[in-house]
Amino acid sequence: MTRSRNHFLIVGLALVLAGCSGNWGWYVISPETASGRTNLRFLLLGFELTILLSLLAMVAASLAGLVIALLGLYGNRTGRVVNRVYVEFFRAIPVLVMILWVHYGLPVVVGISLPPFWSGVIALALAESPFIAEVFRAGIQSVDRGQGEAADSLGLTWRDKMRYVIVPQAIRRVLPALGNQFVYMLKMSALVSIIGAQELTRRANELVVAEYRPLEIYTFLILEYLVLVMIASAGVRWLENRMGGADGRPVLARRQGWFARRAAARQKGEP
Amino acid sequence: MAAAPIIEMRGVSKWYGDFQALKSVDLTVNLGQKVVVCGPSGSGKSTMIRCLNRLEAHEEGVITVDGMVLDGDTRHIAAIRAEVGMVFQQFNLFPHLTVLRNLTLGPMRARGMSAADAEERAHHYLARVRIPEQADKYPGQLSGGQQQRVAIARSLCMNPKIMLFDEPTSALDPEMISEVLDVMVELAGEGMTMVVVTHEMGFARRVADTVIFMDAGEVVEAAPPDAFFAAPKSDRTRTFLDKILSH
Ligand SMILES: Nc1ncnc2c1ncn2[C@@H]1O[C@H](COP(=O)(O)OP(=O)(O)OP(=O)(O)O)[C@@H](O)[C@H]1O
Ligand SMILES: [Mg+2]
Repeated sequence: MTRSRNHFLIVGLALVLAGCSGNWGWYVISPETASGRTNLRFLLLGFELTILLSLLAMVAASLAGLVIALLGLYGNRTGRVVNRVYVEFFRAIPVLVMILWVHYGLPVVVGISLPPFWSGVIALALAESPFIAEVFRAGIQSVDRGQGEAADSLGLTWRDKMRYVIVPQAIRRVLPALGNQFVYMLKMSALVSIIGAQELTRRANELVVAEYRPLEIYTFLILEYLVLVMIASAGVRWLENRMGGADGRPVLARRQGWFARRAAARQKGEP
Repeated sequence: MAAAPIIEMRGVSKWYGDFQALKSVDLTVNLGQKVVVCGPSGSGKSTMIRCLNRLEAHEEGVITVDGMVLDGDTRHIAAIRAEVGMVFQQFNLFPHLTVLRNLTLGPMRARGMSAADAEERAHHYLARVRIPEQADKYPGQLSGGQQQRVAIARSLCMNPKIMLFDEPTSALDPEMISEVLDVMVELAGEGMTMVVVTHEMGFARRVADTVIFMDAGEVVEAAPPDAFFAAPKSDRTRTFLDKILSH
């Protein structure tokens, strides 16, 4: 978490506070009134689905993306064709269209209709997977050839070579890019509101319809996403520190930024 | 020593596209023999020894290692790789794993050893290459000489019958070369079969049974070190030796 982002937050809060006068009507989600509290609670409960949607879709997209990347890099001709077609096809579909198709179209084909949440997870994962496949492909290609040769010369099977040598190094390298994709995922999950999953945006929309205070409620919604993205960035940074940098060494020594400064200050006994 | 060929190359040729990197190479290495390979850059030294554990596939000729023919059969390749250790110019240690994990990965995954046995063996070989205290460090925290010795230990942990070295000291600072060569000389003294691509001619004189000179993908000369250095038969060998021995 960087200092500039802290500034951003402060400026945002100042704007909101400034809005407490004039045409703003914060009463709608004011913690000081009973109805405000109910509304606030209604909005905040959306975090659960937004987080679950994004996390599950991200995990699924990562697994699918890894398989697709490996197919493209190491597969036979068919594997490479599958990789190209998959990436080109799913990359071309607008996320919103994907969500609508999975929720309203897919049940007609397979005969089971999914709850909006699961349609959302599948659609977001499908939409995201080609991008993750490309990230992994670049990451795996960036691992030095000698690594694979050393693994081969030890007699490791292809699976073990990938599992213990190549993929761990590739993941470390692409972690920042994956973190970036996760931020996109958090934002894309707002689109799932269209099929009725009660995540942050859906709840905001419903409250706007009931209360007719779009300015306050959507401003609050923006702040909710801002908090989520900040937490996600901090989480990715933490993972990077834990897993080590591109060379695989722990990067504690390279740590910078707010948490590190706080941690260092705390160690020195400062508040 | 009973002359049982453990490596045999017969008429081995290899192409990279239109470029022929190996031209009908013959090579016989008996059990326990040490062969040093030298030659100018691009002469095919790396290509030749990388064919011995199928890091490169040859197109013509027959390679037999430890009684197994190296063809496309993946079972043969796996079996041969388990018996043949390789040390690279750039060490190629796994940077995301500790030294200990670098050493135990092969025995545990390719040999099915238990973690405890593999670690015991790893500590044994780390002591042999004289860095017993570095087991928990990461490769990036070691000097080049130490890294190369870890790489040698990593290969030895597989209990190979043959060790291949591709310019093991070329990426090292001069003061670290001898610490690696010492380990290799010791290994040779214990009877390991070794094929070593190197321009360290002192090492060749001390250790080699045969010195091979390659040029333009061909084996130009193969002789015991005394004859090789004192009376090279080919002009190309002489020119090459003049160049590398003059400094
Ligand atoms: N993957 C490859 N693709 C195309 N050409 C290659 C490839 N690998 C090697 N070559 C070519 O084959 C020839 C022999 O290469 P090789 O690496 O075996 O030489 P070398 O004797 O080991 O040289 P050096 O002393 O520089 O390591 C060189 O001309 C090289 O350019
Ligand atoms: Mg070479």
